[in-house]
Parts: sequence; structure tokens; C-alpha cells
Amino acid sequence: MKRQVPIFLVFLCGLTMVIQFFVPHDYSDVLFQYANDFVIVIGILALPVGIYSLMKNTVNKAMRDPKERIFSALTILGFLVMIVAGLKREWFASSTSLSSNMFNYVLVPAQATLFSMLAFYIASAAYRAFRARTVLAAVLLVTAFVVMLRLIPLPEPVATWNAEFVRWILEVPNMAAKRAILIGVALGAITYSTKILLGIERAYMGTD
Amino acid sequence: MEGATTGELFWGGIAALVTLAIFSFLYKDNPVFKVVERIWVGVTTGYWTMLLYHTSFTDKVITPIFERGQYFYLFPVILGILMWFRLSKTYGFLARYSLAFYIGISTGIFIPLTIKTAILYQLHGTIRPIEPTWTGLMFALAFIGIICSLSYFFFSKEHKGLLGVSSKIGIYTLMIGFGTGFGLTVMGRVALLGQRVSFLHDYIASLLGALF
Repeated sequence: MKRQVPIFLVFLCGLTMVIQFFVPHDYSDVLFQYANDFVIVIGILALPVGIYSLMKNTVNKAMRDPKERIFSALTILGFLVMIVAGLKREWFASSTSLSSNMFNYVLVPAQATLFSMLAFYIASAAYRAFRARTVLAAVLLVTAFVVMLRLIPLPEPVATWNAEFVRWILEVPNMAAKRAILIGVALGAITYSTKILLGIERAYMGTD
Repeated sequence: MEGATTGELFWGGIAALVTLAIFSFLYKDNPVFKVVERIWVGVTTGYWTMLLYHTSFTDKVITPIFERGQYFYLFPVILGILMWFRLSKTYGFLARYSLAFYIGISTGIFIPLTIKTAILYQLHGTIRPIEPTWTGLMFALAFIGIICSLSYFFFSKEHKGLLGVSSKIGIYTLMIGFGTGFGLTVMGRVALLGQRVSFLHDYIASLLGALF
């Protein structure tokens, strides 16, 4: 019962939603709307589990290592400040509130800087690992180089030639590769999803 | 940040410190970086919690149940609460019932939608009438590239003969795609880096302008 009922529920809900997709009726749309809402509600109510997990790990880390205490305290403090600052909807939505300022001047710069730092690491990794040892590797290297050249100022007429060539790369071979990958990934994802619906794939249920 | 107010200068200063603290990781892992990193984790979690509370929870739980009287919304609420039992060793299995609804509905929506958008629409965009024009030639080239790239992932037959040639063309197409992806990613990150450096420059200029 602990496993069979959930497997049956997955099949039943999945099949209902698949059938719903092919039924062009108002009731079908209503069913889709409510099912979608139900998924959102279950998801939002699962959020406390994630927060509990984060807090538990943070506290455990602080208990194990005294040097970590100050950092763990900062995580909890940051979390609590944002919760209190955003308790009321108007506080959260206002562009001059503490919540908005924390978002604009802490969260956004931190995220942007972390991503921008990847420029250094990608460049460093590429310098060490990128070698045109085979024709395939050379093709990848040359393409990357040409695409990067597109975004830096070049003298005319090289800039125009390069821009046209990069446009062709993006619209023809790059589009072909991306589309083939997308179709392949979609086929794989559909197969995996079908296995879940049929109860063949059960990893999501965890172990007893 | 020209003509910035005291408040803007204060918050801009925090943003500048955050930026510099994170850049300090380029030297090595250090306590200043760790402080900002941990604050960021806490702030991000808090921000998303409140965002989801004000959008999803209020709109999909409080409003339907308490304002519109749609009590059947209590059903997903109970299922959501069952998710909390995932933390219990004894009653952990109860979370599977809500997980079953969640995964069943999501998968049921996902399958036909993916067939439509990621396969049928993509094929529709790929297969075009052959025209004796430059655009037509490019469409034909892209079509050959897609078929060859897909054939590279076909492992049910040995890559010899026609399949060998097609998979060879396919891997070259894929390599151009990966190279493009790499180049665009690097330049995206460099643009972001430029933006951060430009922000620091502007902030220092406005701070000096305000002080002197």
C-alpha cells in the first residue's frame, strides 16, 4: 500500500492530464486550471521542508565547527531580515522598502558578480584545456573564437564580414545543432516521463 | 549614479562592498567572501520565500479558500502538508501520496506539451519547401545538419556507410553548436564583468562627487 497506491495515483493523474490535453472543451480547460493550481499549492507548501533543511544544515555546521558559527548566524540573520522586511505585501512590493533595497543592492549585485567571475574561470580553464589536437576540437575552438570576435570592436570591413559570418553560424549550423539537441532531449524526457507514469521508474519515491 | 541621494549612496556602497567581497575570491577563499556568500544565501532564501508567499500562497490558498469559498482548495493544502512528513522516518511514506499527485499531474501536462513544442513545432520549423533562393538553400543546409546531428545519437546501428557519413557531418555540426554556445557564454560573462566594473567606477565617481 505504501508504494502501490502512489504508483496508481501517478498513473491516474498523468493519464487524466494527457487525455485532458486532447479534449477541446471548457470542462477540460477548467480541469487543467485546477490541476495546475493544485501543483502550485503542493509545491508552495513543500517550501517549509526546504527551509527546515537549510536551517538544520546551517545549525549543524555551526555546532560542529566553532569557526563556522558567525557565517551560519549571518545566513539565518539574512533569512530573518528578508522575512520580516517582506511580511506585508506593500512592504514587499514597494520600490523603496528594505526588502526591495536588499534585493537591488545585495541580491542582484552578488548574483551578477558571481556570474561575472565565471569569465575568469572559463578563460583560465579554456587556456589550460583547449587544445586543437583534433579537427573536431579545432572546429569548436575556431567557432568560439569567431563568435567572441563578433562582440568586440573590429576595424571595417572585417567587422561587417565577421558579423555576417557569425549571423550565418548562428542561423544555420548552430540552429541545426541546438534543434537536434532539443529534439533528442525532448524524446529522452518523454521516454523518462512515460516510464514514471507506467510505474517503471520509481526513484522519486525514495527508499523505505 | 549622478546626483545620488544619501540613501542611494548608502545602498550603492553596500552593493559596491558586496561586489568587491565577491571579487576577493579571485585571490583565494577568504572570510570576507564567506560573509557575503552566507548573507546572500540567507537573503535569497528569504526573498523567494516571501515572493512565493505573496504570489502563490496568497493567490492560490488564502484567496480561494477564505475569500471565494472554494473549499476544495483544502485538498491540495492537505496534500502539501503531507509533504512535511518527508522529514519523519516513521511517517515518511505519507509524503508519497502528495508527491504522486504532484508528479502525476506534472508529467501528464509535460508529455503532450513537450511533444507539441519541442518536437512537432521544431519539425515544422525544420521542414520547409525547397526554394531556389539563398534562404531556401540555408533551410536545406540546416535540415541536413539537424538530420545528421540526430543520426549521431542513433546508436542502434553501427556508424558505418551512409550512417557513418551522416553522423560524421552531425558531429561537426554539433561542434560548431558547442563552439557558438561557449563563445556566447564567455562573452555574456565578460559583459557582466564589464557591467560590474562600470558600476564600481560610477559609484566611486558619485561618492567622490558627493564628498568633495
